Amino acid sequence: MSVQTTDYTVSEIRSPAAFITSRVFIYGALVFWAFICLFPIYWTITTSFKSAVDVTQGHLIPFVDFTPDWKGWRSLGLSPDSIFQTSTVRDEFLKRFMNSVITSVGASGLAIIIGSLAAYGLVRYRYHFAWFKNEDISFFFLSQLILPPVVLALPFLVLYREVALLDTRIGLVLLYTLMVLPIVIWIMRDQFNSIPVELEEAALVDGLSIWGAFFRIVMPIALPGMVAAFILAMVLCWNEYFFAALLTSTDAKTIPVMVASQTGSQGINWWSMAALATAAIAPLAIIGIALERYLIMGMTAGSVK
Amino acid sequence: MAEQTSTANAWAADPADLIPAGRKRLGWGLLALATLGLLAIIVVQILYKTEMSTVGFYTWRPVVYAYILWGIALGAWQVLTRGEDGQRALFLLPALLFTIAMVIFPTLFGFYIALTDWNLSSFSGRKFNGLDNFWQMLADPYYRNALFNMVLYVLAVFVEYAIAFGLALLLNAQIRARKFFRVVFLLPLMLSPVAVSWMIGKSLMEYRFGPAATLARHLGWDNPAFFSNPITARISIMVLDAWTFIPFMMIMLLAGLQAMSREVLEAARVDGATTWQTFWQVIFPLMLPVSVTAVILRIIFKLKLADIIITVTSGGPGGATDSVSSFIYREYRDRSNVGYGTMLAMAYLVIIIVFVTWLLKFASRFVRNVN
Repeated sequence: MSVQTTDYTVSEIRSPAAFITSRVFIYGALVFWAFICLFPIYWTITTSFKSAVDVTQGHLIPFVDFTPDWKGWRSLGLSPDSIFQTSTVRDEFLKRFMNSVITSVGASGLAIIIGSLAAYGLVRYRYHFAWFKNEDISFFFLSQLILPPVVLALPFLVLYREVALLDTRIGLVLLYTLMVLPIVIWIMRDQFNSIPVELEEAALVDGLSIWGAFFRIVMPIALPGMVAAFILAMVLCWNEYFFAALLTSTDAKTIPVMVASQTGSQGINWWSMAALATAAIAPLAIIGIALERYLIMGMTAGSVK
Repeated sequence: MAEQTSTANAWAADPADLIPAGRKRLGWGLLALATLGLLAIIVVQILYKTEMSTVGFYTWRPVVYAYILWGIALGAWQVLTRGEDGQRALFLLPALLFTIAMVIFPTLFGFYIALTDWNLSSFSGRKFNGLDNFWQMLADPYYRNALFNMVLYVLAVFVEYAIAFGLALLLNAQIRARKFFRVVFLLPLMLSPVAVSWMIGKSLMEYRFGPAATLARHLGWDNPAFFSNPITARISIMVLDAWTFIPFMMIMLLAGLQAMSREVLEAARVDGATTWQTFWQVIFPLMLPVSVTAVILRIIFKLKLADIIITVTSGGPGGATDSVSSFIYREYRDRSNVGYGTMLAMAYLVIIIVFVTWLLKFASRFVRNVN
């Protein structure tokens, strides 16, 4: 996404007074919405450093309103003074965290591999399996997008029990792959479409096989698109709750399930909940800020021609 | 595998003719062997599970492995018998076999479960009960209520769309620190809805000392109980969901705005159109295709809405905020009733397919009329 400046919103304004008014309005609205986006995050992070009194009295600004304290992080075993001591909560948290990392990276990776291959095939070659043509196959893949998780959840509960995949990370990886596959195919089709076919023709003339041309010529060009699809898939898998809540119990529980199970219990400790929520959102927030360009690229694939 | 077996001549009229008969026989033999193996394992398992034989595996896991091996054999068969065409098919096969195994089979199985009375926590196992679940569903006021809520939730998309469009226009205006604002506006999308439902639903909107409640009191709402009255509870859920998903539409609309040609806008300016006229008569119509895509994608995501409701209100008060997904989730969690829950889910699937098909038809006509 290139950033162009289109200044039609101000192009109409003639007098300086009107110009200033419009500037004030635009920046006012921007700052207002930035506040709406950031305040819940700010509130959560600061609450993880508050004690009970500070929470109930609605103190907002650290060091001015209240003295920050590692209370919330200590209860997770992640504060500076408790990080070297043994902590069952921390072990639990790290286990869930690793589950989340493995399932989301595994599922995104698997989806990128089989999704890219399928997208490439669909873009470059004509297929007909029985009476199915390319358009039908594409539609079949993309139509999975409308399938709500709830339709698959209960049959999978029963089937996974039969094949001993219930409460395993592999089971979740397979389901998450299914969930993000349509999106990956959607993005990658757009990517491969933008690569000129002459490149591969030249490679074939030079003696590369079809798969050789794909791996040596096409893949490197399509890499940014793959990164974009991977990041988007990561976000969706990391935040997934529904399948994880139904299909895992002790071993393969992921971070969202852990967060949700804490909120359900009576008399929650605000500071420890806030610390947990912060830890749950931090990895993706960081990835999102660092790789924002790819995320936007993934989301806008195919929508603007 | 594919690399080694690639045919020598890519320019032959019919590459299949160049493949030696022995290689073709090998391919067919491999496929036949794998198919027989897969069928044999399935038959053995069925006999074992129905207690007609004593030989078999404790779980169905070996059938999964057999299916994977069969898939590999299928790929090898394609390459061995069809040469280059087979290699092309190899691109598509993994995703196709995966999706078929993961969607078609469970969905068909789901239709069967929907016709049974099956309580996972009881020992009696499943009982075929025909359309009983279906009649029970038609008489279920909570399910109807959940469907009605879905209509409301989907309608809320249009409000989200208006806000997202406004934000996209702001970001597209000539401003400083555009990148900063874009990242900040995008941030909510990255956060886990479950964490968000704690951060906002359970703490910011907390009745006693949540900042949002305090603010509402200052603004003159004496009793800011966001989740105790059915109407405010629904609105609160919509707000929570909107907060997470507005960036999604905003980014798509922003991309559309940036792809718009400047000449058109220049022309509108030269013709003396006001900002307001430019928006309604130039920008909005030009943005219609992107808008329709964004709104449809958002509706599709909205139809899956569950996690926020499960974690914030668990459907309360009195099922007022239930979406279909969260209702079925509770139906299963509270009563372990797989049969009835699946019937509800299958009915929902049929409704969704009909609705989305209609939506796509309607949208394509709508877009064509304008262009």
